[in-house]
Amino acid sequence: MDTIDIGHHISQRYNQELEDIRNQVLAMGGLVEQQLDNALQAHIDRDAELAEQVIKDDYQVNALEVAIDEECTQVLARRQPAASDLRLIVSVIKTITDLERIGDEAGKVAKMTTALAGRENNSEHGIEIEHLGNRVRQMLHDALDAFARTDVEAALKVAHEDVRVDREYESLMRQLITYMMEDPRMIRRSLDLMWTIRALERIGDHSRNICEYVIYLVKGRDVRHISLEQMEEEAGKR
Amino acid sequence: MSDSQVKTHGVNMDALGRKAQQKPPEDEECSLEVKNLKLFYGDKQALNGIDMHISKKRVTAFIGPSGCGKSTLLRCFNRMNDLVDGVRVEGEILLDGDNIYAKSVSAVELRRRIGMVFQKPNPFPKSIYENVAYGLRLQGIKDRRILDESVEKSLKGSALWEEVKDRLNDSALGLSGGQQQRLVIARAIAVEPEVLLLDEPASALDPISTLKIEELIYELKSDYTIVIVTHNMQQAARVSDYTAFMYMGDMIEFADTDTLFTNPGKKQTEDYITGRYG
Repeated sequence: MDTIDIGHHISQRYNQELEDIRNQVLAMGGLVEQQLDNALQAHIDRDAELAEQVIKDDYQVNALEVAIDEECTQVLARRQPAASDLRLIVSVIKTITDLERIGDEAGKVAKMTTALAGRENNSEHGIEIEHLGNRVRQMLHDALDAFARTDVEAALKVAHEDVRVDREYESLMRQLITYMMEDPRMIRRSLDLMWTIRALERIGDHSRNICEYVIYLVKGRDVRHISLEQMEEEAGKR
Repeated sequence: MSDSQVKTHGVNMDALGRKAQQKPPEDEECSLEVKNLKLFYGDKQALNGIDMHISKKRVTAFIGPSGCGKSTLLRCFNRMNDLVDGVRVEGEILLDGDNIYAKSVSAVELRRRIGMVFQKPNPFPKSIYENVAYGLRLQGIKDRRILDESVEKSLKGSALWEEVKDRLNDSALGLSGGQQQRLVIARAIAVEPEVLLLDEPASALDPISTLKIEELIYELKSDYTIVIVTHNMQQAARVSDYTAFMYMGDMIEFADTDTLFTNPGKKQTEDYITGRYG
């Protein structure tokens, strides 16, 4: 049973309810992706206006989280879902929490951009952060794709990618620390950059979480807080 | 991860907070063992070679669509099918290692050891007291003190004592449906059986009475092995330790209830418990 079928219930309305929830999660995912895109673009261009827009639009992400949570609660109360339906609802409830947090992290990137935009001498590390940003953006995209297609293989790939993102984050942190030691006047600016890359690294973690819920949804295995090897082993079961 | 067991609020968990999994039924102490059981109604085969373990002092639930054989299987456990014309049984059911279909076993004695409660409460048109004492009187017990004690103990055991202790000599037919069902359970446990078979025990009851029966099942399992047939899947999920899904006379899947309702191994089980057409 490696494919998740949300249709074919005797109750057509139940099919519709689950389909609606799934579509709303994908819509929320699209919105969060857009927020991250804009936050990164604003960072690269030092575009304070776009950054402000990202911060302002965060309420839309929050509103979707609340709406989807409500629908999941209704399904739990009315349908008492079991097996894959139950796992779908549980993984959706968890996925949207992580999506909402990704929205918050995108907001943090935007907030740092508004701070950086006001400072001089701020083009250093632009390439590295853009690279990390693109990597994380791709991770989020792939995680949502894995969710949409309930694809365990794709989910595992994202988990692997998170390791590389963490490494890149560590290396950028070391660079910034060296930078700050060399020139204390750079501390303020470097800290802003650190908050930015920290936010990006967290988005990678949240994307990985979403992939863990995909594996739970498809395989019924809880793969949180275990090593990548254990995760692959669990995902291979049944 | 089982090497790092921790106790949280009395529940055994591993270091990550995952609850220790229920043992598979084969690893539990066995009360009833079914071996390649086949049952025929005339030419029609109703059970196609069932093999399973019913664990001691656990609740085992049978679920499945109408006509799948779950009630038939349940009725095999105390040979109720002996009473039906044209029924032929092959294979064995071992109660504590002895085949209950052996010629030397008396059905009456077997039914004392394996009690049964049906969908519709069926109290005798006698007093509450006499209903519970009936089985004991059949065994020839006349001592009033023993009877009194047993009636009280059984009614307490079936959570009915508080409601009827002042009117034990009133007719049992004056009780509500839920009370009658608990009275019937009291009658069944008065003879101190080892196994209790419950055939849809709550399907004719209102939700509150149903919850009382479910609560009772939970309490009774510390003393009895319980096998329950139910159409209500949430009920099976709530009360049982193990669940068997049957379909067209076959045992499709038999697993611990947690697994069966969250991550069943067979597609047929999944389709049934999630309300899909196969």
